[in-house]
Amino acid sequence: MSEKRLRVLVVALLIGAVELMCRLGVIPLAVMIPPSQMVVELGRILASGEYASDIAVSLTNVVVAAVLSVILGFVAGLAIHAWPGLRDALEPLLASYYAIPTFVFYPVFITLFGVGSASIIAIAVLLAIVSMITATLNGIDRIPRVLRKTARIYRMPRWKTALLIELPAAAPYLFTGVKLSVAYAFIGVIASEFILSGSGLGYAIAYAYNNFENRHMYALMLLILVTVTIVNTALNHVDKRLQARRQR
Amino acid sequence: MPRITGTALVLLFCLLLWQTLHLLVGASSLASPFQTVVKLGSLLATAEFWQNVAETMRAFAAAFLISLVGGIALGILLGVRRLAGNVAEPILVNLYSIPKVVLYPLVLLCFGLGISAKIAFGVMHGLIPITLFSMNAIRQMKPVYRRTAQVLRLTSAQSAFTVILPAILPEVISGVRLGFSLTLLGVLIGEMFASQRGLGFMLISAINIGQIDTIMAVALLLTIVAVTCNSLLLLLNRRMGYR
Amino acid sequence: MIGAAVKARSDSLAISEVPAAVHVRLRGVTRVFDLPKGKLHALGPVDLDLGRGEFFSVVGPSGCGKSTLLDILAGLSRPQAGVAEFEGAPIRDVPDGVGVVFQEDASFPWLSVRDNVAFGLRRAGIDPAEIARRVDYAVGFMGLRDFAASYPAQLSGGMRQRVCIARTLVMQPRLILLDEPFGALDQQTRLLMGDELLRLWRETGATVLLITHALDEAAMLSDRVGVMSTRPGTFIDFVETGWERDRDSRVVLTPHFGDITARLWDKLRVEALKIMSSGQA
Repeated sequence: MSEKRLRVLVVALLIGAVELMCRLGVIPLAVMIPPSQMVVELGRILASGEYASDIAVSLTNVVVAAVLSVILGFVAGLAIHAWPGLRDALEPLLASYYAIPTFVFYPVFITLFGVGSASIIAIAVLLAIVSMITATLNGIDRIPRVLRKTARIYRMPRWKTALLIELPAAAPYLFTGVKLSVAYAFIGVIASEFILSGSGLGYAIAYAYNNFENRHMYALMLLILVTVTIVNTALNHVDKRLQARRQR
Repeated sequence: MPRITGTALVLLFCLLLWQTLHLLVGASSLASPFQTVVKLGSLLATAEFWQNVAETMRAFAAAFLISLVGGIALGILLGVRRLAGNVAEPILVNLYSIPKVVLYPLVLLCFGLGISAKIAFGVMHGLIPITLFSMNAIRQMKPVYRRTAQVLRLTSAQSAFTVILPAILPEVISGVRLGFSLTLLGVLIGEMFASQRGLGFMLISAINIGQIDTIMAVALLLTIVAVTCNSLLLLLNRRMGYR
Repeated sequence: MIGAAVKARSDSLAISEVPAAVHVRLRGVTRVFDLPKGKLHALGPVDLDLGRGEFFSVVGPSGCGKSTLLDILAGLSRPQAGVAEFEGAPIRDVPDGVGVVFQEDASFPWLSVRDNVAFGLRRAGIDPAEIARRVDYAVGFMGLRDFAASYPAQLSGGMRQRVCIARTLVMQPRLILLDEPFGALDQQTRLLMGDELLRLWRETGATVLLITHALDEAAMLSDRVGVMSTRPGTFIDFVETGWERDRDSRVVLTPHFGDITARLWDKLRVEALKIMSSGQA
């Protein structure tokens, strides 16, 4: 509890310091507006509905990309696990996967899927899916053999074993994959919008920057920061509960 | 050996997929593997290309060095100071998972156009994973190692260099592996917006004028370099004879 | 052969007298932990004298402070009250001449078996020729010669523990502290490792303090066994086994072994029941 308070205090002090430096002119207004003004501006933007469509586009893309990554990653993980030969072949590639600067293939996706949400979702899925595959493989590996034996003693049919024994046993590991997939879906969507798209929050920030609309830009940055923090905190909360179960 | 054969088969399959896509969408949309290699070959023969490579490498080397030294130092500090680590960890994890690209304008406003902005952006990407991995390496080290060092009456320098450092090294290298890739990514993204030179700049200008073979050639080169470095670090990890 | 190992003194179950040459001396040693929930009185007051060259074992219910006692003797933690002396000097930091073998596998996975064994000697700045001589001896003594170039990851749990014992042995400790060193091993390996330990004790002439939860291990190996109570741990009984110095695991075949184990269990049963009914076990 006190750790949590300390953390809040640290963050508050940092924000306070930035606020003070902005107010005192140590950080010029052209570089950064004070955090308090970011909040005010964000409130105004949200109330006016100015960026409502951008926000909707981005969030929809993130949700679609995350859901696709989790489902496809899980299914792919199951398939790869069922085929040890394929797994052996893929393992070195999976280990190097995140070394590939995925976003450089964005132009290729545009030629394949056209300019718009489909390309953005594709690149976000490409970024996010591998965490889910790895987590699924890891989760299935970690199911204690004795649990499967127990299921057999109870003469449970295969599908019941999968649903009532294997899935709950692997759940903590699977959820780690879900958590990472969501984070990467956010990064993939917002970054693609920022770099090369015509809509969404990422684009809105790039646009505001190019047009020297600092107030809008910082308000939108704050929005992304706050959204990601809230989503992360919620997922971490669930994750902690599942991980505590794992120790037994 | 069959494992390597399997991996080769998977790569061959990817190559075939690439070729098929190329045939489906046409050469103007997606260069074929062969065209890409030819283009890469001709790029490698120009001095201008090597200037871009040098420019990227310069920024990357600086950014990676800062991430490496800063990340390991910070990680060890936070790993040893339990309370500070507990307070900082969720903040760092959160910073890791935000789309850092949106903070790019802030970096530009602080550092201006040029190499320092690229370096800063690379560090923003690479520092946190190295810090987190190093911190957890210290925290998860078996307590019995520290006790053994005590019982053998080692000085603190001796126990740091002959016990603690080797014990945490595999984890730290895993962090460095991730940090390496992300630092490179950060520098490249930086170059796409804030530079008139470098591979990132080459990419963005090729994208803007629709030179698909240049895009593919640069992407291929970056992938090969990144994957090779990653594999070397992975090999180093396995070669250490333990784990 | 069995007969020789089995001969026991007539007064073997007598309460012990203080041995002549005192090597380790504890008087009123007490340890209290400050926990967030309040103070936890873990140990003491404990009085104990170990004779030079004695093999002494400590048995007790789980959580009775056995390991705390070992930490104090090793200089890894200090008592709040009382004195702990080794060779006549109070124990502050880890004293010279003390070796410890832990329950967990403490072999360094980044070093080969040989380098593991040589580790402490190299840090102590000993002459390389002397290091080589001692390491060769210890590696051979612990039956590790064929594995000298291997890494711990390639060895079984029993072999890794041998590495840790060899690493302690080369330092030529005069007092060897063992904290349930065989706790993670199977019964047969434990019996054999017990024989190794006895051989080592005889050859080095060191004083040995073994902490264990296995009554048979204590009864088989020791000259004397101390039985500890539940927390706060104090000695409630000392049992002399009366074995000859030249003994091995075959003493378990004798009726006398059964007598010792029975007496240990008789004392310990009450304490173990206390733990179980308090829900800690």
